[in-house]
Amino acid sequence: MAKITVDGQTYDVKAGDNLLKTCLSLRLDLPYFCWHPALGSVGACRQCAVVQYKDESDAQGRLVMACMTPVTEGLRVSLEAPQAREFRAGVIEFLMTNHPHDCPVCEEGGECHLQDMTVMTGHTFRRYRGLKRTHRNQYLGPFINHEMNRCIACYRCVRVYRDYAGGKDLDVFASRNNVYFGRFEDGVLENEFSGNLVEVCPTGVFTDRTFSQHYVRKWDLQHAPSICVHCGVGCNTSPGERYGTLRRIVNRYNGEVNGYFLCDRGRFGYGFVNSERRIRQPMLRGEPVSGETALAHFQGLLGGHTIGIGSPRASLEVNFALRELVGAEHFYAGFAQGEASLAAAILDVLRHWPVHNPSLREVEQADAVLILGEDVANTAPRVALALRQAVRNRAFERADRLKIPRWQDAAVREAAQGEKSPLFVVAPNATRLDDIAEAICRGTPEDIARLGLAIANRIDASAPAVADLSQEDEHLAELIGDTLTAAAHPLIVSGTGCGSLSVVRAAANIALALSNRREGRAVDLCYVVPECNTLGLAMMDERSVKDAFAAAKTRDLNTVIVLENDLYRRADAGAVDSFFNGTRHVVVIDHIRHGTAAKAQLLLPGSTFAETEGTLVSLEGRAQRFYSVMPGSGEIRDSWRWLADAAAKRWSNIDALTAACAAALPEFGPIRNAAPPAGFRVEGEKVPREPHRYSGRTAMFANREIHEPKPPDDPDSALAFSMEGASVDVPPALLPFVWAPGWNSHQQAVNKFQDEVGGALRGGDPGVRLFESPETAEPRWFDEVPYRLRDEARWRAIPLYHVFGSEELSALSPPLAERVPAAYAALHPEDAERLGVGETLAVRLNERVVRLPLRLESSLPRGAVGISAGLAGLFRSDLPAWIAIEKEGERP
Amino acid sequence: MNETRILSEQETAEILAAAGHYPDKSAASVEALKIVQKYRGWVSDEALKTVAGLLEMSPDELDGVATFYNLIFRRPVGENVILCCDSVSCWMLGADRIREHLSERLGIGLGETTADGRYTLLPIVCLGACDRAPVLMVGEELYEDVDESKIDELLKRNGQTWTDR
Ligand code: SF4
Ligand code: SF4
Ligand code: FES
Ligand code: FES
Repeated sequence: MAKITVDGQTYDVKAGDNLLKTCLSLRLDLPYFCWHPALGSVGACRQCAVVQYKDESDAQGRLVMACMTPVTEGLRVSLEAPQAREFRAGVIEFLMTNHPHDCPVCEEGGECHLQDMTVMTGHTFRRYRGLKRTHRNQYLGPFINHEMNRCIACYRCVRVYRDYAGGKDLDVFASRNNVYFGRFEDGVLENEFSGNLVEVCPTGVFTDRTFSQHYVRKWDLQHAPSICVHCGVGCNTSPGERYGTLRRIVNRYNGEVNGYFLCDRGRFGYGFVNSERRIRQPMLRGEPVSGETALAHFQGLLGGHTIGIGSPRASLEVNFALRELVGAEHFYAGFAQGEASLAAAILDVLRHWPVHNPSLREVEQADAVLILGEDVANTAPRVALALRQAVRNRAFERADRLKIPRWQDAAVREAAQGEKSPLFVVAPNATRLDDIAEAICRGTPEDIARLGLAIANRIDASAPAVADLSQEDEHLAELIGDTLTAAAHPLIVSGTGCGSLSVVRAAANIALALSNRREGRAVDLCYVVPECNTLGLAMMDERSVKDAFAAAKTRDLNTVIVLENDLYRRADAGAVDSFFNGTRHVVVIDHIRHGTAAKAQLLLPGSTFAETEGTLVSLEGRAQRFYSVMPGSGEIRDSWRWLADAAAKRWSNIDALTAACAAALPEFGPIRNAAPPAGFRVEGEKVPREPHRYSGRTAMFANREIHEPKPPDDPDSALAFSMEGASVDVPPALLPFVWAPGWNSHQQAVNKFQDEVGGALRGGDPGVRLFESPETAEPRWFDEVPYRLRDEARWRAIPLYHVFGSEELSALSPPLAERVPAAYAALHPEDAERLGVGETLAVRLNERVVRLPLRLESSLPRGAVGISAGLAGLFRSDLPAWIAIEKEGERP
Repeated sequence: MNETRILSEQETAEILAAAGHYPDKSAASVEALKIVQKYRGWVSDEALKTVAGLLEMSPDELDGVATFYNLIFRRPVGENVILCCDSVSCWMLGADRIREHLSERLGIGLGETTADGRYTLLPIVCLGACDRAPVLMVGEELYEDVDESKIDELLKRNGQTWTDR
């Protein structure tokens, strides 16, 4: 701690931080541009100047940059001293000489950090009358607009894109007044975190191109606290709506999960909500019917043998409502068969083994990382971004030794040069973390599992050994095993990506081996799971669609209710077809049309994440609540309400359902505390979803009704579809958007909502962890060592993932669809040559022959065929598999 | 992209030799760009991409370096590059007048090249010869205490390309 004096006022603060961060944490207003809590200080913009005094007698003082000044005992500074104020106003005035002052047509307007800082410094009159330099803007792809004239050269963009996210194709060009931030040539920004430029750039240079298609000002958007549904990470988001369409998604800070950043899949994948493919009307045998008719018909179908198939992309509550309707024994989780066993295996480890499932903030603390069989950048992108920060720990340690504060970004990087903490990538193919890896190993899932088991054995000799390991693998196992053993915070990352139980188990063996070496202390193990509620659903039920199909065969099946799930993604088409053909009544509740919806006799319009409430369990085992941004339009209802209305049992609101779920399944006990209940009030008031400047409220529906409509009720949350209500002391889990007087840009306004800038949200980061303390049963080694599989006649088909395309819903978003590659098969070039195949490859997958464009991929193991999972009809449920390659001429 | 088609073997060899001096190849960025410019007078996009490949950099990174320096030319220049100092000493002693005269004689503005490809006119920061301001640099040669007559003389020597107006 240190005692410091700011403008005559003394404060007890943490020593060693930079003064800017300290001032902001004290909730003082000090303008800044180049500093960012996640990026550190570089002192580039000179906006954060304050006057520092030597001692009490020093009346003169000297200007220093707060972001570059360490907080020490007795520090005396003034933010308000006239020299400091004038200097800061002067900096803005200079920055603005080249700025086009085009706020009215700028999409940053109203949430612009430059506007905020200009107002804060009091630069209100433009004296400069000269010419302004102008730039040519670039086409940067479907996600990001570019308007370089608005740049103030703070360098945040290149720091977040290159230094933080590892991107290569954005840089700074030229010098002095001409500096230009962009690409070498026009073209798509390739890094999957490009969307963060929109939020990190303090001006309107980089803006959200998908939002431009239906732009409104921030203050005209209705928001809600939400959770991303496009992978298992559970990033917190703040979607914005106007006139019933979802307009955009921005980051919602959660100190333990996503911090300040989202991936592009999560940010730009929202288009499915507004899609033509939405199911908006109940349909009975293809004919639209009213909700009442549909419900009556639904109730009529419930006698007889009825089963329910749930979904890992639906909330706990809606799955539970279905389970209640059909009875636990007739409820099937709706996983693909492989997914079900993988999820069960992962749960078993998380529940009973000495492992700690780390939050992303904890992932960033790891000092040695092993990725075993997961292409993290494509399957859980935000985890990959956290891993990128973890490899910097060695640089930070070096900085500590050199007495360089960790926040001195440029100095720390300079001191470290390229030095990184060890990270090992063992994966079937090249990944976008290979560039930071100390060693890379590629192989089939079996090779990967064998190496993993060998690593465990190297760490703890009592772990099962692997026979006939190649010498190369043996060396690698030694290197990785010894590095992990030596580390203070080792981390294992694995997951379902390979589709291999052996891989999942090998990762657990490594964690157990490490734990044995650490007196049984829990070891960080992060399992990547594919969907937003894979883990939560597996905790409820572990049965796959195949199990459901089998049950249907044993007894004459009257009705199946399929909930928010396209079964064609979970099992091969033949099996699904025959299941539907053998079922008298097929009821589908979902929000989007797909193969399964097409089979429904009764199709009920459910709601997307944007129109309903619920709880999702992330890969961290964190139960998080999401809230509706807007009411469902027309006949769209909460999916759980269709089920509740059909059931004899009725829940008055979502809280009642959440409570019923928590009561029925004790493991879910804590989910009630994931967020405040619907009855929660701040000083008797609900929390408004709309900013207080929301415009047009009285007139926006005047085309329909001249009187201002009453805002829709919301019985399911403490939020209101309104601009009126409590705006202070809102618990973090209920914060629809962040705004503070003078701070309209949400990346910076969030300063005012944190305990300490960059730390936890005041009141605690939202969500409750469900696997806090593993029961220390006695885990037994997994000892089935897979063979090194090679087969002359058959090929090992392994799934290859794409951040854009492999996930069902985001791929329906038009801007994202532009980035989705065409489905393909990939071979090692030498295998392709040996086979004599060229442009295309015909493979027999699940009894059907598919002909796919061929990609040559030298990172693939020999004898393997990579199949683009999730793209155009190629589902991960099919993989991995042994397949045959059809030779030319043998084609049917 | 076929590297050898873009860069000559000689250029490639020189660049790789320069890169060999450093643990991190990108440290040879400026030298590599100068090698290309030595042979071609300027650095084209294609050449830049090829050099980036040789130095294991992205073209964006290398272009960041290339565009930072005034004397790496990213567009074709004429046989003679005239660099007019526009920093403060020269500005006080008539740099604007000198530049206007040059523009008039050559029929081009700053950043332009004469149609016959003989001259390019570019601004430059202080050349470190303030005591002899205003100054110009043509190629490697410095011209001090420049006035209109010196300019005419200089142009005559390098070949008159403009039509007298
Ligand atoms: S583009 Fe934005 S982030 Fe980048 S330097 Fe300019 S103002 Fe800063
Ligand atoms: S990492 Fe996953 S949860 Fe986070 S934004 Fe991306 S898709 Fe959404
Ligand atoms: S924020 Fe301190 S110099 Fe930019
Ligand atoms: S100002 Fe022109 S040489 Fe110094």
